[in-house]
Amino acid sequence: MTTTVVTPLSAISLAEGAPVIEAASADGVFSLLWLIIALPALGAAILLLGGRRTDAWGHLLGVATVAGSFALSLLAFLALLGRDAEDRSVGQTLYSWIEAGPFTVDLALLYDPLSALFLLLITGVGGIIHVYSIGYMEHDARRRRFFGYLNLFVAAMLVLVLADNYLVLFLGWEGVGLASYLLIGFWQHKPSAAAAAKKAFVVNRVGDIGMALGVMLAFATFGTVGFAEISAVAGEASDGVLTALGLLFLLAAAGKSAQVPLQSWLLDAMEGPTPVSALIHAATMVTAGVYLVVRSNFIYEAAPVAQTAVVIVGAVTLLWGAIIGTAKDDIKKALAGSTMSQIGYMMLAAGLGVAGYAFAIFHLLTHGFFKANMFLGAGSVMHAMDDDVDMRHYGALQKMLPVTFLTFAMGYLAIIGFPGFSGFWSKDKIIEAAFGENLVVGLAALLGAGITAFYMTRLMLMTFFGEKRWSEDVHPHESPKVMTVPLIVLAALSVLGGAMLLGNWVVEWLEPTVGHAEHHELAVSPLVMTLIVTVVVAVGVALAWVLVGKREVPRVAPANVSVFTRAARADLYGDALNEGLFMRPGDRFVGDLTRFDDHGVDGAVNGTAAAFGGMSGVFRRWQNGFVRSYALSLLAGAVLLLAVLLAVNLA
Amino acid sequence: MIAFWLLAPVMVVAALGVLFARKAVHAALLLAVVMIGLAVLYLVQDAPFLFAVQIIVYTGAILMLFLFVLMLVGVDASDSVVETIKGQRVLAILLGLAFGALLVVGVAQVTVGTVVGLDQANTDGNIQGLADLLFSRYAIAFEATAALLITAALGTMVLAHGERMEPKLSQRETADKRMRDYAEHGRHLGPLPAPGVYARHNAVDTPALLPDGTPAESSVSRVLAARGTVRSAGRLADDIEELTRGLRDDGSSNVPGEPDATPKGPIEGDPSRQGHDRASDEEVQR
Amino acid sequence: MSETPFLVLSAILFTIGAVGVLTRRNALVLFMCVEMMLNATNLALVTFSRVHGNLDGQVTAFFVMVVAAAEVVVGLAIIVTIFRTRRSASVDDASLLKY
Repeated sequence: MTTTVVTPLSAISLAEGAPVIEAASADGVFSLLWLIIALPALGAAILLLGGRRTDAWGHLLGVATVAGSFALSLLAFLALLGRDAEDRSVGQTLYSWIEAGPFTVDLALLYDPLSALFLLLITGVGGIIHVYSIGYMEHDARRRRFFGYLNLFVAAMLVLVLADNYLVLFLGWEGVGLASYLLIGFWQHKPSAAAAAKKAFVVNRVGDIGMALGVMLAFATFGTVGFAEISAVAGEASDGVLTALGLLFLLAAAGKSAQVPLQSWLLDAMEGPTPVSALIHAATMVTAGVYLVVRSNFIYEAAPVAQTAVVIVGAVTLLWGAIIGTAKDDIKKALAGSTMSQIGYMMLAAGLGVAGYAFAIFHLLTHGFFKANMFLGAGSVMHAMDDDVDMRHYGALQKMLPVTFLTFAMGYLAIIGFPGFSGFWSKDKIIEAAFGENLVVGLAALLGAGITAFYMTRLMLMTFFGEKRWSEDVHPHESPKVMTVPLIVLAALSVLGGAMLLGNWVVEWLEPTVGHAEHHELAVSPLVMTLIVTVVVAVGVALAWVLVGKREVPRVAPANVSVFTRAARADLYGDALNEGLFMRPGDRFVGDLTRFDDHGVDGAVNGTAAAFGGMSGVFRRWQNGFVRSYALSLLAGAVLLLAVLLAVNLA
Repeated sequence: MIAFWLLAPVMVVAALGVLFARKAVHAALLLAVVMIGLAVLYLVQDAPFLFAVQIIVYTGAILMLFLFVLMLVGVDASDSVVETIKGQRVLAILLGLAFGALLVVGVAQVTVGTVVGLDQANTDGNIQGLADLLFSRYAIAFEATAALLITAALGTMVLAHGERMEPKLSQRETADKRMRDYAEHGRHLGPLPAPGVYARHNAVDTPALLPDGTPAESSVSRVLAARGTVRSAGRLADDIEELTRGLRDDGSSNVPGEPDATPKGPIEGDPSRQGHDRASDEEVQR
Repeated sequence: MSETPFLVLSAILFTIGAVGVLTRRNALVLFMCVEMMLNATNLALVTFSRVHGNLDGQVTAFFVMVVAAAEVVVGLAIIVTIFRTRRSASVDDASLLKY
């Protein structure tokens, strides 16, 4: 295994702007970095290429590879903890990937505090979800393939977060897109699943264009795609280029993280199996956009316009997702709206710059815990309710599914920001930072917190409380241990995730990567701020109690509802907008092109052919094979020639 | 000029004759008239060499070649006058008239100035003058025509050469084949009978008579039979009948009603009617 | 001795030959008409030779005769070959370029 030094370690420059990434060579446990990726990749290869032979033990292998990666990640993390803050950046060059003239890209890994946290999240939560999937997918004939895809996803995601340059990151980026496509469409026999997979893929491609263009622009500008190299010279580029880079990467992030305007695919992506929703579309992959923004902090720090755009996108999305979440009856879609909203928080924080990066990552981690927890809980509920996802058919499930209920409640309390739970700490910090930046943004974040409380309470009430509304033939039962144990673990993490903020640990931990934040003095003290947030949350909960908890929940969604509800149910017309703005005109354009091709181009070609054919039919008669006919035309030509000659001469 | 005005109408009429003659032989002969006329016109125009060449090569060689081929492909086959290609004849005549009119008008319009005449060019003799030109300025063209002639001769041989599809039978094989045919099919072993030789007819187109008075069809060439130039056997039989009756009426007792001579065919008892018929000879002799 | 009557006669003979080529179906007669056309041009050549007072026209007429001889020989061979296979000397029968 090659372990090449990028540059010998020196002090991380914190003097101005974003810190420069300077990675030390990998040694000790860090020399096994590649193995963290290789394990799930190998698992995917075995499971997908091995065929039916691996059916019997495929799921165990899938879990084992991820567990192995988790163990390695933990070792590496502990090793990194033992180092000085300045030393916590390790590079490992595996081999030279592309060499074309001045364009050289190494397949190289970068292990720094940011990657370390992601590694733990991906392999940890991923491992738990793998375990859960053993139970959830038990009766699926294609479980082995499912695990193959999951391993593929984990491997790609690890490539994404361990990449030390944009091109390798792009490799992982596309890898997770592929895995996401495969897993959303896992039940491809359902047309809705196939369509959702296609939609996710297509919408993601739009973002990927931004990513690809961004990488190209970065190379054109800096002559390299490495994080370390670019972070060292980022400030030298012109403002326009940096803004363009920031906006392109924002487009990429919006596609991957389901941010407005590329948000539409996430809700449909819930067609995939629930563990997929939990792992990919809640905990890990959709946060890749946030990761990209945070990782590119050296660009965004130098491009304030792009940063503002990130903040706006984040703020709009957090409200957008929250509003969608209030109207959905499908439990997974409500959670998906919530995911969108929470990622909006993260983007908002990431857009705030140095003040927000750490909180974005912090919220990303806690969200990873509690949203995975809730998705898996929702999966457990669906498991109990014969795969029914309509919350209007639930109700009063807390007695039937005690473990699911309790763990779900932990996640619920975490997401609404109940004091003491993980979400409380992370979200509170973001709202605080948002207020420190801009009042409007702060208010949006605060409002979002209230709406989050409302829709999550509604979800809780409709699912676990109230009257029984399930149909006769459904017999809810608690899920097996293999599913509840992961729930318990995740619930514990949801409760305790906030511990990372103890002593400002996570902020300091990430400081080498994202830089040191100046402390903002707010107009009101942090304590008052926290109180305000808590009050808003309480209002949201109370509102939900009044509007949902105290009333009868109809089994069928009422039709005569306000225009706002209708809009929220229709995903705020995001799909309609896409359809009206892009899909229909595109359809028409393509249709016109096809018609033009069929009639115009083909018509010209076929018409020419037909004309020649027709003329041949006529002229064919002249070619009758009679030599005397030919002689006649010869004589006619001679007469003509003679006539012309004479006419010219006599004239 | 007198020669011209004498010859020109004759040539035009002969040329039109070529155009209208039903039989190819007539056309060839009329063409010969045109060519000889042309030869005389060459002579009139101080071109004695061409005069000779025209007579020798054209009229003598080429036209004779035409006649030979005519004999090969059938002298008497006359053309059908029905035009098979629609509009061909009308168009041909119209275009021909237009062409001729244009040519004549054009030629009549042209004035080439004074006629120089060939007296000076022919001072050393016409043939010497031509030879001078041929072997100096036109030497290469002359060589090329030589090559052309050789090529033409070779091509003609290749074209006219008939492929033999089976090996030629030797004399012995022919004899064996005859014996085999006789053994298997009973075909007559000897040569075919000769045609009839009579007082009135002694020609290949008249069949010989069999002892019973019927004509022997195989005694005349099949080609003649196919052309229909053979005197029909029926008519011949009638003639013979008439003759024999006249002889009987003479009361010559020594003339048998039936031929007394036995067929001289080499096979005894051959029922074939292909024997030589001496009887007819006798009749004719009387 | 004016040249125009010779040229007019040449033109008439040429035209008659051309019409013959177009109207006669017997390959042999057709060929004869071609010969007539060639001869007509020869007459014109000889006439022009006299008009211009040099022998080049006569030389050309001589070459025309040689070429005509070659052409006739090959043409007649072709006619014989066609007749051998088709039992016909009509040019209309040979209208398929093969068989």
